[in-house]
Amino acid sequence: MATLQDRFNINSQLEHLQAKYVGTGHADLSRFEWAVNIHRDSYASYIGHHPILSYFAIAENESIGRVKYNMTQKMLLPCGVPPEKEEEL
Amino acid sequence: MAAVDKDFAALQDERKRAEGVAADLQHAVFDQELYGGSTEGFAGYDRSIGLADTEEEMDEREQAVRSKMQSYTAPKSVIGDLPTEDGEDASGFKRPGRITDREDDYRRRRLQRMLSPSRNDAFAMGDKTPDSSVRTYADVMRDQQLAKERDNTMQNIADKLRKEEEERELDARPTKASGVQLPPPPAQPAAAAKSAAGEKRRNRWDQSNGVDAKKAKTSEWDAPEATPAVGRWDATPARPDEFGATPGRQGSRWDATPTPGRAGTEATPRRNRWDDATPTPGRVDGGATPGWAPGETPAVGATPAGKRGRSRWDETPAGVGMAGGATPMMGQTPMMGMTPAVTPMGGMDMPTPSPSSLPKVPLTAEQYQTMRMEREIEERNRFLSDEELDAMLPTEGYKVLEPPAGYAPIRTPARKLIGTPTPIGGTPLYHLPEEEHGQKFDVPVQLEGLPELKPEDHQYFGKLLKEVEDEQLTVEEMKERKIMKLLLKVKNGTPPQRKSALRQLTDKAREFGAGPLFNQILPLLMSPTLEDQERHLLVKVIDRILYKLDELVRPFVHKILVVIEPLLIDEDYYARVEGREIIANLSKAAGLATMIAAMRPDIDNIDEYVRNTTARAFSVVASALGIPALLPFLKAVCQSKKSWQARHTGIKIVQQIAILMGCAVLPHLKSMVDIIKHGLTDENQKVKTITALTVSALAEAASPYGIESFDDVLEPLWKGIRLLRGKVLAAFLKAIGCIIPLMDAMYASYYTKEVMVVLVREFQTPDEEMKKIVLKVVQQCVATEGVEPNYVRAEILPEFFRSFWVRRMALDRRNYRALVETTVELANKVGCADILGRIVEDLKDESEPYRRMVMETIDKVVRDLGTADVDARLEELLIDGILYAFQEQVSDDANVMLNGFGTVVNSLKMRAKPYLPQICGTIKWRLNNKSAKIRQQAADLIARIAVVMKACDEEKLLGHLGVVLYEYLGEEYPEVLGSILGALKSIVNVIGMTKMTPPIKDLLPRLTPILKNRHEKVQENCIDLVGRIADRGAEFVPAREWMRICFELLEMLKAHKKGIRRATVNTFGYIAKAIGPQDVLVTLLNNLKVQERQNRVCTTVAIAIVAETCSPFTVLPALMNEYKVPELNVQNGVLKALSFLFEYIGEMGKDYIYAVSPLLEDALMDRDLVHRQTAASVVQHMALGVAGLGCEDALTHLLNYVWPNIFETSPHVVNAVMGAVDGCRLALGPAIVLNYLLQGLFHPARKVREVYWRLYNNLYIGAQDALVACYPRLENDGINSFSRQELDIFI
Repeated sequence: MATLQDRFNINSQLEHLQAKYVGTGHADLSRFEWAVNIHRDSYASYIGHHPILSYFAIAENESIGRVKYNMTQKMLLPCGVPPEKEEEL
Repeated sequence: MAAVDKDFAALQDERKRAEGVAADLQHAVFDQELYGGSTEGFAGYDRSIGLADTEEEMDEREQAVRSKMQSYTAPKSVIGDLPTEDGEDASGFKRPGRITDREDDYRRRRLQRMLSPSRNDAFAMGDKTPDSSVRTYADVMRDQQLAKERDNTMQNIADKLRKEEEERELDARPTKASGVQLPPPPAQPAAAAKSAAGEKRRNRWDQSNGVDAKKAKTSEWDAPEATPAVGRWDATPARPDEFGATPGRQGSRWDATPTPGRAGTEATPRRNRWDDATPTPGRVDGGATPGWAPGETPAVGATPAGKRGRSRWDETPAGVGMAGGATPMMGQTPMMGMTPAVTPMGGMDMPTPSPSSLPKVPLTAEQYQTMRMEREIEERNRFLSDEELDAMLPTEGYKVLEPPAGYAPIRTPARKLIGTPTPIGGTPLYHLPEEEHGQKFDVPVQLEGLPELKPEDHQYFGKLLKEVEDEQLTVEEMKERKIMKLLLKVKNGTPPQRKSALRQLTDKAREFGAGPLFNQILPLLMSPTLEDQERHLLVKVIDRILYKLDELVRPFVHKILVVIEPLLIDEDYYARVEGREIIANLSKAAGLATMIAAMRPDIDNIDEYVRNTTARAFSVVASALGIPALLPFLKAVCQSKKSWQARHTGIKIVQQIAILMGCAVLPHLKSMVDIIKHGLTDENQKVKTITALTVSALAEAASPYGIESFDDVLEPLWKGIRLLRGKVLAAFLKAIGCIIPLMDAMYASYYTKEVMVVLVREFQTPDEEMKKIVLKVVQQCVATEGVEPNYVRAEILPEFFRSFWVRRMALDRRNYRALVETTVELANKVGCADILGRIVEDLKDESEPYRRMVMETIDKVVRDLGTADVDARLEELLIDGILYAFQEQVSDDANVMLNGFGTVVNSLKMRAKPYLPQICGTIKWRLNNKSAKIRQQAADLIARIAVVMKACDEEKLLGHLGVVLYEYLGEEYPEVLGSILGALKSIVNVIGMTKMTPPIKDLLPRLTPILKNRHEKVQENCIDLVGRIADRGAEFVPAREWMRICFELLEMLKAHKKGIRRATVNTFGYIAKAIGPQDVLVTLLNNLKVQERQNRVCTTVAIAIVAETCSPFTVLPALMNEYKVPELNVQNGVLKALSFLFEYIGEMGKDYIYAVSPLLEDALMDRDLVHRQTAASVVQHMALGVAGLGCEDALTHLLNYVWPNIFETSPHVVNAVMGAVDGCRLALGPAIVLNYLLQGLFHPARKVREVYWRLYNNLYIGAQDALVACYPRLENDGINSFSRQELDIFI
């Protein structure tokens, strides 16, 4: 069977690969951080799918460009200010 | 029979005649087909180091491989695989070898360099004046200057002496150089060896303060031509500051001793009467000198080899690293008693922490032997005592003369004062070594927890052998021992030892400090016995600690460079890359200013080796820190008025930058050309040459851009080629040759015409280097657009062919290559027929290498241009010549001829028809030849021309050849048999199964026994042929025969070569298709029980292929039934086969997924890890195959079984499970998998969370966008808003 060494290697490779992507998580991720990722992904996705964007625009009675702009802005702090460190879940 | 014999005799004669010629060609010919890879191997080498490029010689090993491989004539694929397959002896891994063993003299000069003392770090100091004990830039420069002056003086004196020498006769040996009459020499072998070699060494006697009467001595070894050395020290001005540093190799090992040390020793009993005159090297030892640990001059032990031969001064016994090569020379002087208390040497008990002051360590047998030899020689050459003379000479007729007044004989050589570790015995005969407890001879010393010490390691690591109490050591000593241990582990240890030692060294680098670290590493790297691997490891250590030490390395920059620079010209590509990397890192750590300060003095070093390596190092610095940063400095150096060496090196740096950085020089091209352009008109020839070479390097790097930057140099180059001759002209031509391709068509044409006059004149040159350059330039000029074919035809071709197409050119590999390339380039311009017409006659030349060169050229030209413009007459000549050349070849390497033949015939196509009967006649005749090689070539030729024969409707002839080959299947030489099978295969391929003669039903049974042959070439060709028949003509053969073949094929799964295994597995598929899967499957399933893993794996692949070719339903029942066998290997084999099967059949799998689900359930719950792993990979392939085909229910079911395995830790299982989950993500959609995951993402146990997050990340990377729709609803918590309101919007 594989030694400890290989295990370390394969896993570390995979983790290294995963860590290259923004939005991936890890065992110590807090609820807040995860939520921020979800929100940013969501906004990015809405902006990328024009039909959804136009749907939102109609519902909010705004221009598509405005909706897009708003979403881009919200990506900055989607869930408000981060909680203090010790509040980490 | 007689005719055959006669033919043989003729062949042998021919061979004998050719042998003289062919001797060097054996290695010289570089076959593209066979060794295509190796040619590429040179790609990494600098193409243009300079005019005096050393030959690209192959090392012995390569030649051994080559000579072995010359007997092969097989498709490239066969040979290409050989080295990797059975790599142990042929190639693959290098034998560990000492670096010095493979170096040439020039490269070995690295050993003569010295590690100069550490230098002052101007940055660390701030405004303070440097301590006088520290060497500053000014010191170094001054020393450099002195060294130079000294060298000049030496040169002058040498010249003068030589002149005088010529005038006088031999007996005028002791010469006066600066007015001091030298006494006739008593034996004094001191500097003899070195001066004989004409080495410019500072000698050890030149340092007497204010003592004018110097006594220089020559020994009986001083050959007349070596006398200049005598004069040397007389002429050396005694300057106090000369004691300073000794940069470069010219410093003797004692030079590094600063004077202060003398005071201490002056009073010791070691003084003898010569001390007044000559400060003895013994004083070195006394010197407890500030800032100058003897470690600074480790060259003592480290500089033996060198090109000056092994003088006994160099041969330092391991134990006396410090003693300045003290060898016992008792016979040296008649008065042994004169130097009684030679012993306790300073170095031995001085607290100077340095690798050179070492405990006495037992000598290696080799060293011991050498010493005894030396003693013996000295004993025989010692001078005679009065008594001995009395005994020898007759008493009458001779008179004993009084010595001149004031003559004081020097009897003891200064070095005598140094302690000798060897027992001094009176006789040179057998010597019983003195007994000493703890002294072990020839027993490898083993230290606890440390790797074995090699004999040559003793001088560096000997200290570790001494048992010491930790309490007695100072902090420094402890540190030193620690470093030593770690280094030893890195150097000789096992990989884990090495790894941890390396890590410790890296982590603690700053703690240890730069000084202690480098003082130990660098001498090790200078060791002449270092092996490649060891050097690699030590260099790695340096690399790692460089990062850590950062600016602390500054004082050591020059030392490091001395050690690393030689790597830049190493023949090993990776060593060069490594060297570059280190220097790049070093320059980033130390900064540009420090690098320049460290290297500036070396730029005009008198030693060409030093300048060369420095230039290369500078180019690396430029690439690391950017060219612009270095430009001002380069400008200054290139314009140096003081010495041509500086200009030369400066320009060389630019050249190296161009070579190293390629097109990255483009932004700075103009400024770089500006910097060097004045060199073209320099008064020094060498500077001119290097400038031209640099221009060509720049042009090559910039190609095809940047012509405007070269405007300024065009004129001097132009003038140059008209005025100059010889080497300089060659360089100028090279520069022009490189610039012309950058020009517009019009200018290129004009300049080509201009330069061609000179080129044509130089066609005649006898100089090899010039020839190569001329060829290259012709090639470059002709390739440019603006040059008209007519011009080439009229002006170049006649002269070109007259001068270059001569037999001699075929003898040198590089000439050969250059000529072929240039001729092909000419052909591209003027067309195929022109060139072929000129050389076709030469196919019948009597020199084989020449014929081969012609053939290769024809091959290349025809391949590039086709034979459309070849008329009937030329065609006839061509075929005739090729047939002649083919038949007359005797050398081992037949590929050139075969390729040429194949290319020409294939290119002629239908036009080859009239010649085919003749060719086939030749082939048939040769297939019957006694020599295996000839038979093999004939068979290979069939393989190459079969397609053309078919195209020419010569099927009958082909069939006939088939029958002939069939008859030769009894061939016993495997090489030949392989070729015959290959030929049969190509015939079968072109004429098809039905028309094949002999009929397939006769052919195949004949092949079955051949499958047993273990020779790779036979195996491969045979399996290819059998597979081909099974694929296309299976119906011609009874099923029983196929089954028999199946059993044979199982054996072939063991083959080393992947190609053979692959062909075998495919053949199983064809056979199964032909005779139905049942029988084949039974054979294969039984084979799952074998122990050998590779065999089982291949079998599973074969099963999968059978399933694919015969539809899965024919195979699956039997396969699943086999799973019932309660045997691990079989069950795993079945699972593996399923895995391959589902991978192959893809979406066909949707019909079988429900059938295999119960089996997979069982496997996924098995205790055996491998079961679960393999089953998981089955699930993965299945899921991937059926994604979107509506099998979600079954897959969800299986995923439930897979899921618990996510917590497995074995990497293979982890991989398989990850794969299965990923596959399910695709087939089931990310939402389902996310739901599985949400359970554990915030699990209280970290171990669980880790696994879940890893899976989540995989999911996220795979389906980020799709996940947006299915993330869970998060509630606002009052402070943060987590909900995604926009998703609640509803119209």
